[in-house]
Amino acid sequence: MSLITPLNRVLGLGTGAGATKHWWAQRLTAVALVPLGLWFAASLAELGDYSFAAVSAWMQGPITGSLLVATTLVIVYHSWLGVQVVVEDYIHGTAFKVSVLVLSTFAHALGAIAGVFAILKVAFGAP
Amino acid sequence: MAQFRLPANSRVRRGKDFGGAEGATAARRFQVYRYEPGSGENPSVDTYSIDMDDCGPMVLDVLMKIKDEVDPTLTFRRSCREGICGSCSMNIDGTNALACLKPVEEVKGVVRIYPLPSMPVVKDLVTDLTNFYAQYASIKPWLEARTPPPPDRERLQSKEDQEKINEPSACILCACCSTSCPSYWWNPERYLGPAALLQAWRWIVDSRDESTGERLDALEDPFRLYRCHTILNCTAACPKDLNPGRAIAEIKKLMAERQH
Repeated sequence: MSLITPLNRVLGLGTGAGATKHWWAQRLTAVALVPLGLWFAASLAELGDYSFAAVSAWMQGPITGSLLVATTLVIVYHSWLGVQVVVEDYIHGTAFKVSVLVLSTFAHALGAIAGVFAILKVAFGAP
Repeated sequence: MAQFRLPANSRVRRGKDFGGAEGATAARRFQVYRYEPGSGENPSVDTYSIDMDDCGPMVLDVLMKIKDEVDPTLTFRRSCREGICGSCSMNIDGTNALACLKPVEEVKGVVRIYPLPSMPVVKDLVTDLTNFYAQYASIKPWLEARTPPPPDRERLQSKEDQEKINEPSACILCACCSTSCPSYWWNPERYLGPAALLQAWRWIVDSRDESTGERLDALEDPFRLYRCHTILNCTAACPKDLNPGRAIAEIKKLMAERQH
């Protein structure tokens, strides 16, 4: 039992700074994904031939390769921010919540690194 | 984790059927949530039949008729019976509303009447709003200014500036919006909820208030403000036709504006 006042409970530990930057980054990445997503879908549709040779030739173009890396990084960043919000929404209890957030951060970082590495490997390496 | 199922002692059981309105031409059935804290029993839903030809048109009229004539133990808050006090907020037919402003006619079939969702129930339709009021207090709902008021008159405000606070000032703190918000259901301890944020906006936008920066600082938090995911149940639920959803969006815009 605690005798702290309801107002004290609401005020809690005060504000956690940086929330607006998080919100802004979520919006910014969402906006960026509109043209990137359209470009990706349209390019794949246009490609027609999905053999390894055709796709790797497409990926070796400097603009295509750069845009693929950009799309990957933006998706992963957007997903990282979004998963964090979902976890904070539904998981209560600091220890478990923070553990899930740490795992999510590591998983997203690995995802970004693996994605970029895969794109670069195909774009630069001879099959 | 967020709880998606009610705890075992909160699950609702079928209650008594009080019948009534035999031979009436305009009988309507009402299922009302009942909970008696001292009984040790689970909550239940009691059924009443009321002849609408012998009753006022609003849900509150029905509740008062039940209390007066059928079952005096039925407990609910009410006062003004005209949508200005905010006391009789409850969940009617799945939507939060003021019982005094909700015509029975608008509901098809059995009228289901429950307390405000997610709030601790004190008894029957009466919920504990302590946290809700504390959240309201936390946004400092009063004018803060360092400039002293003129000695011979009130602080002046242009007509345009006054109009900005007109709508948010009309909030009656009935809690229909906050208790309809899923984000508020999951994080009622840390998310301030649409009602408190609408009032935060009311003071942020007040041309006489000189604490705009401090007010925004107090909301710069992933939970207090940014748990709002623009679900907009708040705006749909507001019995006064206010728009807490837009107020929250305006606060977020000011937050972004002062960073760029």
